[in-house]
Amino acid sequence: MRKIDLAKTTLRELNEDLHRQSEGANETDWEIVNSQGFHAVAVGVDAPININIRGSVGYYCAGMNKQASITVHGSAGPGVAENMMSGNIRITGDASQYAGATGHGGLLVIEGNAASRCGVSMKGIDIVVRGNIGHLSAFMAQSGHLVVLGDAGDALGDSIYEAKLFVRGTVKSLGADCIEKEMRPEHLKTLDQLLAKAGITDVKSSEFKRYGSARKLYNFNIDNADAY
Amino acid sequence: MSYHNPPTTPRKPASFDDYTMSEIRRAAQTGIYDIRGGGAKRRVPHFDDLLFLGASISRYPLEGYRERCTSNVTLGTRFAKKPIELKIPITIAGMSFGALSAHAKEALGRGASLAGTSTTTGDGGMTPEERGQSQTLVYQYLPSRYGMNPDDLRKADAIEVVVGQGAKPGGGGMLLGQKISDRVAQMRNLPKGIDQRSACRHPDWTGPDDLEIKIHELREITDWQKPIYLKIGGTRPYYDTALAVKAGADVVVLDGMQGGTAATQEVFIENVGLPTLACIRPAVQALQDLGMHRKVQLIVSGGIRNGGDVAKALALGADAVSIGIAALAALGDNDPAWESEYQALGTTAGAYDDWHEGRDPAGITTQNPELMARFDPVKGGRRLANFLKVMNLEVQTIARACGHNSVHNLEPEDLVALTVEAAAMARVPIAGTTWIPGQGQGGL
Repeated sequence: MRKIDLAKTTLRELNEDLHRQSEGANETDWEIVNSQGFHAVAVGVDAPININIRGSVGYYCAGMNKQASITVHGSAGPGVAENMMSGNIRITGDASQYAGATGHGGLLVIEGNAASRCGVSMKGIDIVVRGNIGHLSAFMAQSGHLVVLGDAGDALGDSIYEAKLFVRGTVKSLGADCIEKEMRPEHLKTLDQLLAKAGITDVKSSEFKRYGSARKLYNFNIDNADAY
Repeated sequence: MSYHNPPTTPRKPASFDDYTMSEIRRAAQTGIYDIRGGGAKRRVPHFDDLLFLGASISRYPLEGYRERCTSNVTLGTRFAKKPIELKIPITIAGMSFGALSAHAKEALGRGASLAGTSTTTGDGGMTPEERGQSQTLVYQYLPSRYGMNPDDLRKADAIEVVVGQGAKPGGGGMLLGQKISDRVAQMRNLPKGIDQRSACRHPDWTGPDDLEIKIHELREITDWQKPIYLKIGGTRPYYDTALAVKAGADVVVLDGMQGGTAATQEVFIENVGLPTLACIRPAVQALQDLGMHRKVQLIVSGGIRNGGDVAKALALGADAVSIGIAALAALGDNDPAWESEYQALGTTAGAYDDWHEGRDPAGITTQNPELMARFDPVKGGRRLANFLKVMNLEVQTIARACGHNSVHNLEPEDLVALTVEAAAMARVPIAGTTWIPGQGQGGL
């Protein structure tokens, strides 16, 4: 296992080392200590490796991740897993705003709470939040799944496209064109699979409600102008 | 004998001209504002309002076609390990696959490479056609993040973080459903046939301090190899340029209101933003005040049409310019050869701007396979290369006449203005005087 101490090694050296793994290097297990809230820790990784980060991180941790399994044993600042393409990212603490923003694929699990704009403009990523999420989450969300075991803030799913939202607790308000939808067997099955992938076994899919797009704003019509 | 008063000539109100009246009728009929492509069509102070002072006695000209006048430019010298080297100071602006056909994107790459300059991706992401033909390709990192992926980021030669554009500073975009082919839909992760909104702001940062950290992330992902451009719409050029420098930009791209767009509201294009001419000097002043002029390069765009415009932008302090609409015209957009078809669409060659409808007779701003097949990317690329080379020759000709052996030695002292407005905006004197309106008044 490679152990990197960010009190001794620079962030630049760490990321350079991690990027080398995509060129056929064979170091599969990494531990990063003294993360000290640094920004851009383990960004742009493109290799099937396991990375454990001990301590909290700043902005954009694991940004644009491909293939890697990254666990932050602490909390994450804004933009964790932004534009993630594949792989797994787990935050054992809380995440700040825009967690998983514009993510195209992979799984992001937040064991604590996520702040506002969680999953903003998501494009295929799956996000599972054990706690609550803040306002304007899944704004303009295109595809993928957002699963929330706690409560959601204001304007959930505003201007949503085809992403699917599952919330176990309360939703303070729904955004434009976002509605509650019927939970059919296929949705229960999808949710069961997502919870299993996230390692969550203490809740049932039947406890969730599903939200998604009413699809009324997909093509502009002046008669819908009041909805904007 | 009867007496008849002669009739007065019918007179239409100046404020309600034929276009304005037709737009009122159109809005009333359809219930939607006019959406179109292109840039501002109204007359605003522009480079035409400036003139160069060729050399006579007080300055000594260089011989055209004999004495060397360099035009190459290096962009991204501040932080990037691999700055961009271009033969000419004229680049191709970002235009999206989706708005343009794949053939048109390929032609832009071919033409730019033949002329020794760069091309730029757009909202639709990077196509193999464009990457394959572009010797130097700038990858736009846009608020929508359509088609954004780290593989393409690494394939690019530079990254342009788009904060705004001149045609619609503060506004997002809309690609109407009729242009969403299977390939465009797949690249944007959206269903075919629905309107695709491009956000007006980045989803994962909320101010200049965040932006600085965002740029740091992009540098870390790409191992500090590639220059980071920051594109802003021309509205508050002094402050936005200063903040772009603070955020860590290697290059500032400043787009004035004559800059084009694939499609947005007419009212936005014509009523928001500053003329390109009014943007340059405040931006240059910001760079000078920070001691960063020529260290952070400035690319100016928005209505650049010929070598005269390029030379004037350089003289006012830009390091390079960028062209969009002129490049499309060079490819064959709005060519009179298709006049009968333009008329069938209710317009005429030179005025066609409904690019979002996907019915471009020239096959450039469309995803219709039959129309696309009309456009030859090899011939189109050749035409663009010719145009770029002509523009550069024109800049060199003017620079030599002003006594400079590099186009980058052009300076404000080479210019005068024909109008008070242009003199104030460009901060050069009215022709035949020493008067620069507003000088000493601040005015950022």
